[in-house]
Amino acid sequence: MDQNSAIILPEGSIEKTTTTLNVGPTHPATHGVFQNIMQMDGERVVSTEQTVGYIHRAFEKLAERRPLYQITPITDRLNYCSSPINNMGWHMTCEKLLGVETPKRVDYLRIIIMELARICDHLICNSIVGVDTGAFTGFLYLMQYRELVYEIYEEVCGSRLTTNIGRIGGFERNFSNTAFTKLEKFLKEYPVALKEFENLFNRNRIFMERTQGGGAISAERALAYGMTGPNLRAAGVDYDVRVHNPYCSYQDFEFDIPVGTTGDNYDRFMVRNGEMWQSLRIIEQAYQKIQGFTGAEAEVYHAEVPAYYLPKKEDVYTKMEALIWHFKIIMGETAIPKGEVYHSVEGANGELGFYFISDGGRTPYRLHFRRPCFIYYQAYEELAKGAMLSDAIITLSSLNLIAGELDA
Amino acid sequence: MSLTNDIVLQKLQAAFGDAIVNGGEPYGLLTVEVPKADIINVLRFLFDDETLKFRFMTDLCGVHYPDEAGRELAVVYHLHNLEANVRLRIKVFTSIHEPDVPSATAVFPTANWMERETYDFYGINFVGHPNLKRILNVDEMDYFPLRKEYPLEDQTRTDKDDEMFGRG
Repeated sequence: MDQNSAIILPEGSIEKTTTTLNVGPTHPATHGVFQNIMQMDGERVVSTEQTVGYIHRAFEKLAERRPLYQITPITDRLNYCSSPINNMGWHMTCEKLLGVETPKRVDYLRIIIMELARICDHLICNSIVGVDTGAFTGFLYLMQYRELVYEIYEEVCGSRLTTNIGRIGGFERNFSNTAFTKLEKFLKEYPVALKEFENLFNRNRIFMERTQGGGAISAERALAYGMTGPNLRAAGVDYDVRVHNPYCSYQDFEFDIPVGTTGDNYDRFMVRNGEMWQSLRIIEQAYQKIQGFTGAEAEVYHAEVPAYYLPKKEDVYTKMEALIWHFKIIMGETAIPKGEVYHSVEGANGELGFYFISDGGRTPYRLHFRRPCFIYYQAYEELAKGAMLSDAIITLSSLNLIAGELDA
Repeated sequence: MSLTNDIVLQKLQAAFGDAIVNGGEPYGLLTVEVPKADIINVLRFLFDDETLKFRFMTDLCGVHYPDEAGRELAVVYHLHNLEANVRLRIKVFTSIHEPDVPSATAVFPTANWMERETYDFYGINFVGHPNLKRILNVDEMDYFPLRKEYPLEDQTRTDKDDEMFGRG
């Protein structure tokens, strides 16, 4: 019986042929605060209407009132599963506007932190896809490794989740030996855990049957919807901002771009797994390059831009000039050139862009965040149409929607 | 011969003449200004032309310039040719008293939510949009918050008591 002719209602009836199911905004299956009003025919989804904005915090309006360093904490709260990437994307946008060049060691340290953040985000997404199919074990085993990464962040910037890491031109402090020891521990233990996770899921018959075929999208439709990141790569398009518009010395590294074919849930899962392996590869190369620096070069952790880089805390507490510089930089009293710049980085979900219009004042005239989650969530109706409810939920989680990035 | 900013500008000016105003290449990104009556034709031309192939819309946002009479609201489009790896920025200006701009959803389906967000923040009416309603703010909001005349906080709220925080 085809779903459209299932029920024939008498003339003037007030009943509908579909049931309205309100999924969200607070629902254990939607990993974040966003709503889907689904019209169901039995257990099949006929159409969905998405509502977003439950966690809209007016970042773009806030940014018009905040000097550059005060904007970094709000970028943390975009994609909060991988906040270092947002922070560094923002600092790189400022560096592009101000014409600041970062030394190689800074770039390599930034890459280590960004790839750790990418691994964190992908491991959450993939293990949650597992949870939604009923497999809780993968999630418990992998989440433990986020703890190791949090400890590395803590060594560098003091915070775990919303990191506010880095400065314009580099980092606030050099990575301590503890940070490198923890990094080595992560590099030794995580591949083992990821391999176990893959053994559990990749060729697992139940998982494959649950995820294959669901939420498929063709490359043309994905591009039309403005998808970027792992969701686009699962559909077969190998667009990666790190390769196409290299920033932060990514061109010095060797890594592959995993690409899928059908763009379904299984392909997205596999692409994210592949990206985690590639991120581990990049981190190992970066760590080796950093160990290759000797002498004075090995102590470099920021560019020499006293007009935009906060002075050392020891000086701020003891010297008057350093205190004044600290105050001026935080309050935005140092000169910013007029101009407009668009800079994008490869966030965990795709191309995270910052469009910064400066009028020479203390704060941006306009700052717009190009948020990949917001843009590709439009595709959800097309992906979920005709699926069973449980498969529609798996499609929702495999897209890796982070509410913070959805709403800004 | 690979696509460069000069070729893009030449082809646009050859097809649309004086309608294209060259805004320079700030930080390497070619920026042009187009009148709102021509924007859909320009987007369609950039999409269909076999040399230009700007088939990916990266971003669409609004800007408010209260001091420019007759051109207060701007819509900024960022396009990207993924194969040749060339980006383009197009700006459309409109008066705040007639904030109607043709919708780009017919050329780029991704513009759907981006235009809803721009409408929500600036009140720009995208003519031809399939579902132009607020997306991030509450539906009952009756003003457009990112316009420069509105302060960061809504001064008419009665539910917050800032007395204790020195902001009474």
